[in-house]
Amino acid sequence: MSVVRISDDALARACGADELAAAFTRAGAEVERVSSWGMHWLEPLVEVSGVGYGPATIDDVAAILDGSSDKAIGRIDQHPFIVNQQRLTFARAGRTRPLSLEDYAATGGWQGLERARAIGPEKTIEEVITSGLRGRGGAGFPAGIKWQTVAKAAAARKYVVCNADEGDSGTFADRMLMEGDPFAIIEGMAIAAHAVGAHHGYIYVRSEYPDAIGTLEAAIALSASKVAPFELEVRAGAGAYVCGEETSLLNSLEGKRGEVRAKPPLPALKGLFGCPTVVNNVLTLTAIPHIVAEGGAEEYARLGIDRSRGTKPIQIAGNVRHGGLYETAFGITLRELVYDIGGGTASGRPVKAVQVGGPLGAYIHPDQFDLPFDYEAYAAADALIGHGGVVVFDDTADMADMARFALEFCAAESCGKCTPCRIGAVRGVEIVDRIRAGGRGRDRVESLPQMHNAAKAGRGRREQVALLEDLCDTMKYGSLCALGGFTPYPVLSALRHWPADFGHSGEPENADGI
Amino acid sequence: MNREQALGEIIARHAGREGPLLPILHDVQRELGCVDDAVEATIAAELNLSRAEVHGVVSFYHDFHAEADDRPEVQVCRAEACKARGVEALIAGAEAAAGTRVRLSTVYCLGLCSVGPNARVGDRLHARLDTGSLKRLIESV
Ligand SMILES: Cc1cc2nc3c(=O)[nH]c(=O)nc-3n(C[C@H](O)[C@H](O)[C@H](O)COP(=O)(O)O)c2cc1C
Ligand code: SF4
Ligand code: FES
Repeated sequence: MSVVRISDDALARACGADELAAAFTRAGAEVERVSSWGMHWLEPLVEVSGVGYGPATIDDVAAILDGSSDKAIGRIDQHPFIVNQQRLTFARAGRTRPLSLEDYAATGGWQGLERARAIGPEKTIEEVITSGLRGRGGAGFPAGIKWQTVAKAAAARKYVVCNADEGDSGTFADRMLMEGDPFAIIEGMAIAAHAVGAHHGYIYVRSEYPDAIGTLEAAIALSASKVAPFELEVRAGAGAYVCGEETSLLNSLEGKRGEVRAKPPLPALKGLFGCPTVVNNVLTLTAIPHIVAEGGAEEYARLGIDRSRGTKPIQIAGNVRHGGLYETAFGITLRELVYDIGGGTASGRPVKAVQVGGPLGAYIHPDQFDLPFDYEAYAAADALIGHGGVVVFDDTADMADMARFALEFCAAESCGKCTPCRIGAVRGVEIVDRIRAGGRGRDRVESLPQMHNAAKAGRGRREQVALLEDLCDTMKYGSLCALGGFTPYPVLSALRHWPADFGHSGEPENADGI
Repeated sequence: MNREQALGEIIARHAGREGPLLPILHDVQRELGCVDDAVEATIAAELNLSRAEVHGVVSFYHDFHAEADDRPEVQVCRAEACKARGVEALIAGAEAAAGTRVRLSTVYCLGLCSVGPNARVGDRLHARLDTGSLKRLIESV
């Protein structure tokens, strides 16, 4: 009997993969647990001799084994969702057992590290620069330049830190790699360490990812001799979104409050415990082995558009029929992502909005769906790519609710260091409430007889909208980091494109009805 | 083993690590159920920190709690992608099912954003929840 392959990714398990695997074992099949292909609507996806069946339940076991199941989707590697991708970072997804050193080596594993050791640090960094790889965590800073800064810094101790905090709603690419291809992250970190002269590394994983933490720890133990003398360790976050910001993350690793540090000094010069430190996202580091392998840098640089080179693992999520992991060269449009690939909404209703780039990303209106996936194009449209999460909303979404939530989230997760974010977010929630209430009457102080210059009437909706815009301006330009600085994007984009959700049209001029 | 002994063992376990405070606090929260004043004082003394420094860290992170809550916990994701998939419509029913017996808490994203609404119980994740399955999950903990 042929082998039955089922993913042991956390998402597949949350959809019942463990119970399904047990049922196959009971039926006498040999079960192999592999990484996920990233076609989430089909999870748990079962693969027998290359043919996929999904989403499978325990009731499908017998029919899958005798080949008569109506859940068959044909050969998985020929599925349109897979063949149309350009998987470099996710080349092993669905194809290997996550903790098998044998599978890893058989699919090109360790070739990047071996070559980096052969060509030496300087040439390695040169190749990373040639590839045009930019940080995949959000800011898009060129990885090679960052490495060069750390390499040139003279210090006895240096660190490589992998940012696996992945706090953005709508993102799961880091998680999939940690659970599905952990050796690739380790290899990427070992190459970075070799290039900059570091001997110790940390992977900072959010505590919401217990499976990823377990897999990484096992993988580190299994591959210790491969990467020696480089040593690495997993550290769990503690539920703070802001700890994804690199300086907050470093404070957290040092055992401090996750407060953001002012830059300069750059972490590349004074990072963890004051030592030069490379901080890179999981996706950035996992792109490295391919880039450093023979000919990889040129291949990477050939893909993409303008200054966004290579491929981007995009995460299609939210109210969408075909959600999952879609890695492709930069330049793809939202229209393609949402309709052609994602198949529209899961609810079958019209698409109302798409949020790209996590909780700090703008809400994008269907009128803007021709925007190409490119750092600069998004920035020009007052939007951001961030970590590449695409969250689809149907027409039942209330965009005023979403704007309010963005501010509420900022208030809950603010590190508290600077005023525009710490206080502005709280005030912002209140203003959104007042906009929706149509404004407000005079308050007690304004009504006092001695307040001669106070407004005689209440404040209408339009004034509240102006106040919100003003507040967003202050947050945008006055915040130390992007949590306070970018929260205005979802808020203002919601207000701009869906004013009706805020009751912001045909309104009475103020709360007193004047 | 009493609390002091357990705490001593946790601190000893992480001796010699760089930046040991968060790993210690995680173990304390898991094994002792909370990080209270007495624990803060002991950790401060052992790590040569001030109590204010330790308290500052404990109170910063959502994962650490000053008081123990022995009730079973169900964490429901209410971040954007799960909102887009309708989690808000499940909350009233979930609260009713939880009553005072179960602690229903909110998390922002479990990394399963294409198959929400999602929840976490201990280290187990649950996806594609609807009113009925979330109610059954809450009743089963
Ligand atoms: C509030 C906030 C949250 C962030 N969260 C993450 C995160 O979860 N993962 C990540 O890699 N970068 C995150 N970043 C970006 C990091 O600060 C930093 O740019 C990144 O880790 C650098 O790595 P890269 O160059 O490989 O992208 C966040 C930034 C901010 C301001
Ligand atoms: S913007 Fe917010 S999160 Fe960032 S440093 Fe200021 S207070 Fe902290
Ligand atoms: S938003 Fe709920 S799991 Fe990501």
